[in-house]
Amino acid sequence: MDINLPALFGQLLIGLINGSFYALLSLGLAVIFGMLNIINFAHGAQYMMGAFAAYFLLQYAGLNYWWALILAPVIVGGIGIVIERAFLQWLYKLDHLYGLLLTFGLALIIQGLFRQQYGSSGLPYQIPPQLTGVRDLGFTFLPNYRAWVVCFSLAVCLGTWYMIEKTRLGAYLRAATENPTLVRAFGINVPRMITLTYGFGVGLAALAGVMAAPIYAVNPTMGADIIIVVFAVVVIGGMGSIMGAIVTGFGLGVVEGLTKYFFPEASNTVIFVIMVIVLVTRPAGLFGRVA
Amino acid sequence: MLDRTFGPLLEINDLHAWYGESHILHGATLNVNAGEVVTLLGRNGAGKTTTMKSVMGIVGKRTGSVKFEGRELINLPSDAIARAGLAFCPEERGIFASLDVEENLMLPPQVRPGGLTREQIFELFPNLRERLKSQGTKLSGGEQQMLAIGRILRTGARLLLLDEPTEGLAPVIIQQIGNTIRKLKEQGFTILLVEQNFRFASTVADRYYIMEHGKIVEQFANSELNKKLETLHEYLGV
Repeated sequence: MDINLPALFGQLLIGLINGSFYALLSLGLAVIFGMLNIINFAHGAQYMMGAFAAYFLLQYAGLNYWWALILAPVIVGGIGIVIERAFLQWLYKLDHLYGLLLTFGLALIIQGLFRQQYGSSGLPYQIPPQLTGVRDLGFTFLPNYRAWVVCFSLAVCLGTWYMIEKTRLGAYLRAATENPTLVRAFGINVPRMITLTYGFGVGLAALAGVMAAPIYAVNPTMGADIIIVVFAVVVIGGMGSIMGAIVTGFGLGVVEGLTKYFFPEASNTVIFVIMVIVLVTRPAGLFGRVA
Repeated sequence: MLDRTFGPLLEINDLHAWYGESHILHGATLNVNAGEVVTLLGRNGAGKTTTMKSVMGIVGKRTGSVKFEGRELINLPSDAIARAGLAFCPEERGIFASLDVEENLMLPPQVRPGGLTREQIFELFPNLRERLKSQGTKLSGGEQQMLAIGRILRTGARLLLLDEPTEGLAPVIIQQIGNTIRKLKEQGFTILLVEQNFRFASTVADRYYIMEHGKIVEQFANSELNKKLETLHEYLGV
């Protein structure tokens, strides 16, 4: 078999880009699930809201991509905090299914509202001028914006991992995941920590949305399209493992890209085939801790 | 040290507590003076642990009065109760598996100035220093108990609630924990202790309360111990 290197690297690169989004989104899901025991099905809608926030900020406030990178996660995370206080906090003692159903319903409502208002054709969002252009790597061409997305997502993922696994705040989070009652009895305001964790997880989704806006058009269904794959990524990586979510996100993006090169017909299903195999052989996921 | 003229450090009055539908405490009344070691005795299920959890605000529903330094705690959430200056060491020890020993030790935030320093804690429990990077739950039972007590000494809380610190431990470790409790008392800590192990309790306590069916049925000082052996036998079967 002849290997066409530029095409292979092209697909690898696309895989890495997709992997960046998978990693950011599954990381947010893992953080939320670990702390709240909620399977946040609204994650895709919140990613879409991040992209729309970037669009609105540019359109109505004249604030560019760099502002959006900061403000969109804050705004959408703030909406997440309202959702947590208004709805989710009543569900923690119930089965996971209730949280899943509630957030699924929210996702449908949010997506429906956006489609009603903005249709489903997608709104354009330009690559910031600092990141236009292409770099010639010799074996392939690397668009600057895509390089930025991969590097920045990786940095955000590793930063989040560091915060959770290596800092004092992270120790509170891990301890509260194990035994929230005792952590609270030490004097830590656990309910507030849970609210902020949800806001943070939602903010990560919104951040991914901002980064996605110049690559995929800003579209009400962009979240619904990606979230199913992201859930498969989370199942493969194992719920609740931070490093697992990051490694699996990037890894599966690459696997998808390679499949597109070697066997394009399977590229849309390869992740789900892997999911089935993992579920049969390691039900807790590749990095999951068996409860 | 606190001024004793303000009355008991901890004052529990007519405390009732429920787990779901079951009514566990039926009007417990007791108090702990500053600097004392007070032991709650009683059979399994008498309500000793529930009394501690009710003081800390971690049972479903509770009524009555729990005053600490004269301040009412009964309606506060447990994080606010802890910040008032109480610290709790649960029966199951509550060492976190996803934290290493150092993280476990440093977890409870300081609620007041004046807690022990890390060095002072290592003087009490030298084993902990050797194992700072081990996973918390990889320690032996005795070491986990030392960690569970050590971590609440840093916080500046002056009232320690220790729920069965000797449970399941070897005699030599129990002795070490007894020494620690005496040292803590010398340093001015006030301790409310729940114990099944009466022999151990008698080596550290100033006063005793006996619980039965969610109430205090008897109380006496350590000096009255010999006169009360009969009563103890009746309530505890020891």
